[in-house]
Formats: sequence, C-alpha cells, structure tokens
Amino acid sequence: MIKDDLKYTKDHEWVRVDGDTGTVGVTDFAQGELGDVVYLELPPVGEKLVAGARFGTIEAVKTVAELYAPVSGTVTAVNARLTEEANLVNQDCYGEGWMIKVRLGDPKELGMLLSPGEYGQLIGQAGHA
Amino acid sequence: MDATAAPLKDTPLAQRHLLLGARLVPFAGFRMPIQYTGIIPEHRAVRSQVGMFDLSHMGEIEVRGQGMLAFLERMTTNDVTALSTYQAQYSLFLNEQGGIIDDLVVYHLPNRALLVVNAANIEKDYAWLTSHCPPGVRLANRSDETALIAIQGPRAEAVMTDLVDCDLSEIEYYHSAEGTVAGRQILFSRTGYTGEDGFEIYLPNELAEPCWDAALEAGAQYGIVPVGLGARDTLRLEMKYALYGNEIDETTHPIEAGLGWVVKPDKPHDFIGKSAVVAMKQKGASRKLVAFVMDAKAIPRGGCPIQAQGAVIGKVTSGTHSPSRDCGIGMGYVATAHAAPGSKIEIVIRDQQVSATVIKPPFVTNTSHR
Repeated sequence: MIKDDLKYTKDHEWVRVDGDTGTVGVTDFAQGELGDVVYLELPPVGEKLVAGARFGTIEAVKTVAELYAPVSGTVTAVNARLTEEANLVNQDCYGEGWMIKVRLGDPKELGMLLSPGEYGQLIGQAGHA
Repeated sequence: MDATAAPLKDTPLAQRHLLLGARLVPFAGFRMPIQYTGIIPEHRAVRSQVGMFDLSHMGEIEVRGQGMLAFLERMTTNDVTALSTYQAQYSLFLNEQGGIIDDLVVYHLPNRALLVVNAANIEKDYAWLTSHCPPGVRLANRSDETALIAIQGPRAEAVMTDLVDCDLSEIEYYHSAEGTVAGRQILFSRTGYTGEDGFEIYLPNELAEPCWDAALEAGAQYGIVPVGLGARDTLRLEMKYALYGNEIDETTHPIEAGLGWVVKPDKPHDFIGKSAVVAMKQKGASRKLVAFVMDAKAIPRGGCPIQAQGAVIGKVTSGTHSPSRDCGIGMGYVATAHAAPGSKIEIVIRDQQVSATVIKPPFVTNTSHR
C-alpha cells in the first residue's frame, strides 16, 4: 500500500509535510519485509538530522535495519508509544506507527524525494491508496 | 543476485503457502515460508496451542542391508544398537578431526533405517555415507520424493489423534509408528524442534497436500495455524537447540557445542571422530556454547563479538527476540572461564557493548515437551 499524499525515499521511509514540519515513518512495503518489529532506536528531540544519514534503527525478530533521514532538520517530536508498542509500525505504518517529526532545515530537499508513483515503481507495486 | 545460483526448489506444499499468503524466502536451496501472519503470533500459537510446519526441505536417506547397524555405528556418534524397532535417536556425523559434518535423527525401522538430515547438507552427507558404504549396505536418497509436516504444541496430540488412525498414548518421545493418512500408510514420530510435544509426519510427495489440508481441518477446533521458518528459529532458540551452520559445523566439536550426550565412546563399535572427541573430553573444551539473556533492551545477532571486561572472549552464533520472555536472547561460544550460568558478559551490538547474563538453558521451561 502506497499513500498518495506522501513523499518517499529509496530506503523505504515516508515523509508527510505539514507547513515547516515533516512526519517520518517507514512504508508498508518496509514493515512487510521486516516482519514483527520489536523495538526502535530513535533520536532524542533536538537532534539535528542530515538528509540521507542514519537517524535510527528498527529491530524486528528476524532482522535489523537502519533508518535514514528523508530530510535535514531538527527533531521536534518522537512517537513515545513505540517504546512499548513497537508493532504499531506493523499495524499502522502510515498512522499510529509514525516515528519522528522534523522541522525542515531545507524545504528544497523535498524535491529530491520520490513521488508515490516513483516509489511504487521502485518496489514493483502500482496500488495507491 | 548470483546469476550462477541453482534455481530454487519448491516443496510439494508450495501452492498451499501461496494460498495462505506466506512470505517466501530462499533457504538451503528451497523457496520456504518464513512466516504466514507473523513470527510472534505463530510462535505463541505453538507454545499455547498448536502449529503446523512444512519441513519438506529436510533430507531423508534410507539405509538397508545386512550390515546396516554396524555401518550406522561407525558413521554416527550415538549408540544405534540401543534402539528398539521404531525408536528414533538424535545423533551426529563427525569427521576424523571430530568436527561436525551434520546433526541428524536416526530412525530404526523394520528392515531399514531412515536418516533425517539438514537440507543444506543432503548432498554432502550422502556423498560422505556413500564413500564409507561397505558391500551389503544399500543407500538411497529419498529427499526429493519425501515431504515432512510437523505438528507441534500442547494440542498436537489432539490434532494427530484425529488425523491418523492410531493410539498415540502408546507412542513415547523419540518413538515412531505407522499411521494412516488419506487411506495410505505413513511414518510419523513423536519428535520436534520446538520444545513442545509434537509429531513429525513423513509422506510421499503426493500425500503432502491431502495431509496438510486434513491437519488444518482436524486442527481448526484446537486453534492450529501454519508456522514458518521464522518462528521455527525463535522456538528452537528458546530451547537452546543447535542449528547446523550457526552453532555447529565442521569446525566445532560436540563437547564444546554441549552435544557430548549424543557421543558414546563406550558403545560396542568405533565411530569416525571417536579418538578426537575422547581427547577433547579428557583435555576439556577451551570454549563452550552458552545461552544468554540481554540485561538491556537489545537483540543480539549471529556474528556479534562477545566480551568480558572489554576483552573479546567469543562470538554470538544465533540471537533473536524471545517472544516468550520478551527480551533479547542468544547463543554463542565463550572461553570456558565465562561459561558458568550467572556469568556477566557483554555483547557488542553495532559498536555498543550491551550487558548480558549467561543462563542455565533452556530459556523457557514450562513447555509441553515430555
């Protein structure tokens, strides 16, 4: 499932832009590939992120994956529910399973991200929602 | 992708896995279901009720002939002469140096033996056996024509009772029997790799689908679910069962791997690797396979270095998140001085040292395994 109102990275993160803030999570494709997510290592509020650089880790039962920042900026919020309910990432990756909110450092970077169509092509899926 | 890799094989249950929406991954040359709904729910189903596994990738080698028992005495470490007919036995093939060629289950059946080996080692094992096979012993690799379905969990006996026409209360752990599935005689045993009570059913390929369907139907009232290799791994890890390629291989010895209990130097016949194992038993192993739990929220993975007071003392062989204990657990080799239960060790996970404690295995004790 790919959402039409989001931007994507080739590393399977999504970002939802609202004014000067971007909310970041991983895609449905990513959570499906990872399987049961057990916990996450996320940066604290205030941390500066660089687009394309690692900002955290996602641990599933079977495997571990790095998280890469879709955009540069400062972390303004972290989804505290994921501490106890990491599998929200599996259940609702575009909603309750969001990870961090970032105050965009350079809105022009958004132009570098993949559109829903481009991301769908990347993972070989056409189905938008 | 390796373009030279051989095409993956499908098991006779491939269509069932597709219909069930399984996630398929390459494993030991097969396309295998790693999960259907999720590793954690499948794991919990096996611990609390019952799950069903397609293990048709496993290898089956048949041994026949007058010299069968003497041959198996020489090739395997456990005492085959101690087996009654239909009894099964966990055992090892060793090389001359005492390294583990494979771990296996030996079935002593009327007029034949069946050796169940790891999928990745079928060709290697068959070649090894063939190269030592005396006149009067006949080998046949039945792997391609044999399907294997495991039914595991506290409700496994209830499901099996409905599935095969047989009084199961008579069948003890590590014993087998013949039963009827879809009107045909098949071999099954009270064995498994989960720590739960359970059965493994050996079938000609054409009976795999009828048996799978019948088990799902018979098991519906007991909450049966299909279970993939992902949960198979977490289940076996919670019991500290070794996995070939992770805990054991040709560079590991049975003693350090904690498998001394299946090596019988005093049995009537000599076996390959005996002198090496006896020497190691006398000298004592310099490292030991241990089970450990993480003291903090972290998941150890195979290959992570193990340290004590900052010095490297070993390496993780397998690690995962334990669904039963809800924490990171693992197995690994450590220097013998750090192997006692209660020892504090550190696992290096992505350059961070995380504290862990060696425990007396298994990780889970209240299972239905008898």
